[in-house]
Amino acid sequence: MHMADALISPTVGAIMWATTTGIVTYSAKKVQKELDESKVPLMGVLGAFIFAAQMINFSIPATGSSGHLGGAMILAILLGPHAAFLTMASILTIQALVFADGGLLALGCNIFNLGFFPCFIAYPLIYKRIVKEGVNKKSIIIGTSLAAIIGLQMGSLGVVLETFLSGITELPFTAFLLLMQPVHLAIGIVEGMVTAAVILFILKERPEIIHSVPGGKELGTLSMKPVLIGLLVVALVTGGVVSWFASSDPDGLEWSIDKAAGKALETPEGIHSILAEVQKKIAILPDYNFKEAKPAAGEEAKEKEVAAWPSVDSGLSVAGIVGSLFTLLVAGSIGKLLQTLNRRQQKFSN
Amino acid sequence: MNKIEHRWLELRYFDELATRESVIHTLHPTIKLLTTLVFIAIVASFSKYEIAGLIPMFFYPFLVIGLGNIPIGMIIKRVLLTLPFVLFIGIFNPLLDQAILVQIGPVPISGGIVSFVSIIIRFTLSVVAALLLIATTGIDAICGALSNLGVPRVVVTQILFVYRYLHVLIEEVMKTIRAYSLRSPQSDGVAFKAWGSLVGLLLLRAIDRAQRIYQAMLCRGFDGEVRIVRSWQLSKGDIAFLLAWLSFFIIVRSINIPEWLGTALLGGYK
Repeated sequence: MHMADALISPTVGAIMWATTTGIVTYSAKKVQKELDESKVPLMGVLGAFIFAAQMINFSIPATGSSGHLGGAMILAILLGPHAAFLTMASILTIQALVFADGGLLALGCNIFNLGFFPCFIAYPLIYKRIVKEGVNKKSIIIGTSLAAIIGLQMGSLGVVLETFLSGITELPFTAFLLLMQPVHLAIGIVEGMVTAAVILFILKERPEIIHSVPGGKELGTLSMKPVLIGLLVVALVTGGVVSWFASSDPDGLEWSIDKAAGKALETPEGIHSILAEVQKKIAILPDYNFKEAKPAAGEEAKEKEVAAWPSVDSGLSVAGIVGSLFTLLVAGSIGKLLQTLNRRQQKFSN
Repeated sequence: MNKIEHRWLELRYFDELATRESVIHTLHPTIKLLTTLVFIAIVASFSKYEIAGLIPMFFYPFLVIGLGNIPIGMIIKRVLLTLPFVLFIGIFNPLLDQAILVQIGPVPISGGIVSFVSIIIRFTLSVVAALLLIATTGIDAICGALSNLGVPRVVVTQILFVYRYLHVLIEEVMKTIRAYSLRSPQSDGVAFKAWGSLVGLLLLRAIDRAQRIYQAMLCRGFDGEVRIVRSWQLSKGDIAFLLAWLSFFIIVRSINIPEWLGTALLGGYK
């Protein structure tokens, strides 16, 4: 299911919202410019279709369980990446608003996990490259399966990272990862099969739909870079602003109220606990020593229940930086990957 | 297959709720959207071990339900239906965080249980807030509010289209599934061999429908721009609503009112 607000911190939520807003604005501009207007109702109807199709349960042979369509791959194949991303975003928005399927704060995360990875990474970098040789049964099956599996793995990794960095769940990173990834591998296989089955059917009945996809130009690496840099800047600024805001006045009020109520507030230890928290949080990423980081929260809070609040807020600002670094990592890797592929393409064309 | 029917009923139910009349319904949609978003953000900003401090936040949904005359039943049902997924992740908290956090009389309570309860409370608050938004505002008005806030026209149009055609397509999927299940009494879901053609046919029909819709729009003068018709006036009452709730949320976030209240009641302040 989609991520809920209860497990997201406002910092992570805000960063993902900033990122998603950037991508949505970019896609909207692209669609407005390139898509011909007869596709406007098509995007809407396909969005509604995928929404409705997600409610059809397919029984998976030999397992006794069932699965259902995700849909981003079909949309990308039929509409091109930008329009497909916007359509997925609209589906997820309505699900969050009307069915409370996924929270409003987490909507930015959900759109990113379920829209960005399939439409802008799995589709152009995997499906299109496999299908480039020729659109036939074999290439479609391999293309959709691989794209669906990898897209879903990335999406589920996104969920794990966003939940973990929010710091509300006690699940250690590795355990959560080991829980999510295999499940989404199975889901990805089903998604690939369903997508392939549908696309093959369309290829048989109305091949012209598959062959005339708008936005046929390659997702040019040059045009993505300024966008990614822009996204990164927005994410960093938002992360910094939000954590600055979150760690100011309310805590001052809390401290003064507690002082008035007569509780002892040991400031030096408060700062010490802040630094200890900072060190623990920073230690997570390079070393992946998750077990050491987590159990301490209970003990710390026992010693200084009041001081627990500043340490959470320093967690907020550190989470803000950590979250921005994560976005930097993703953006940097994507840019590098596209660059490498572009260079390889240039070599072949000579 | 029942799932589709349930969703369809809920869709129509919230749609109908939004057309009712009440103080809340007549508020400016952008105000309601902003209040809801701020509410959810502030709820999320509470520390993960916070329980008492969160309780005053319930004022907002209760007041809206009251003033808006919203029946609680469907909302509670939705909360309960979506709760299991959060529970599944949250249940690890009491299992992994066993250090004793507070002591209520003779009973020690671990940090894990505290954070688990906090998760449930936060979940309920944010889900109810979102449902109340749609129940008192309706998708047309929310999209108007979104475009007021600067969301690109393409996106707003897209949301409106999807919502509109959702009703139509859900009915079509329901009919298809019913026909299929009447012809295959043993199986619960659609059989593997039938996937491609079932969904594929629905898809082709959807694409053809889109073509017909486009032509109908052209006949009625569509020029590429979808205009959102209704307009709302921002009144002093609307702004007062927003400012009042904003102040309330900030106060609740800064002061642990229940704790303060409880201490005062127990004679802690002399």
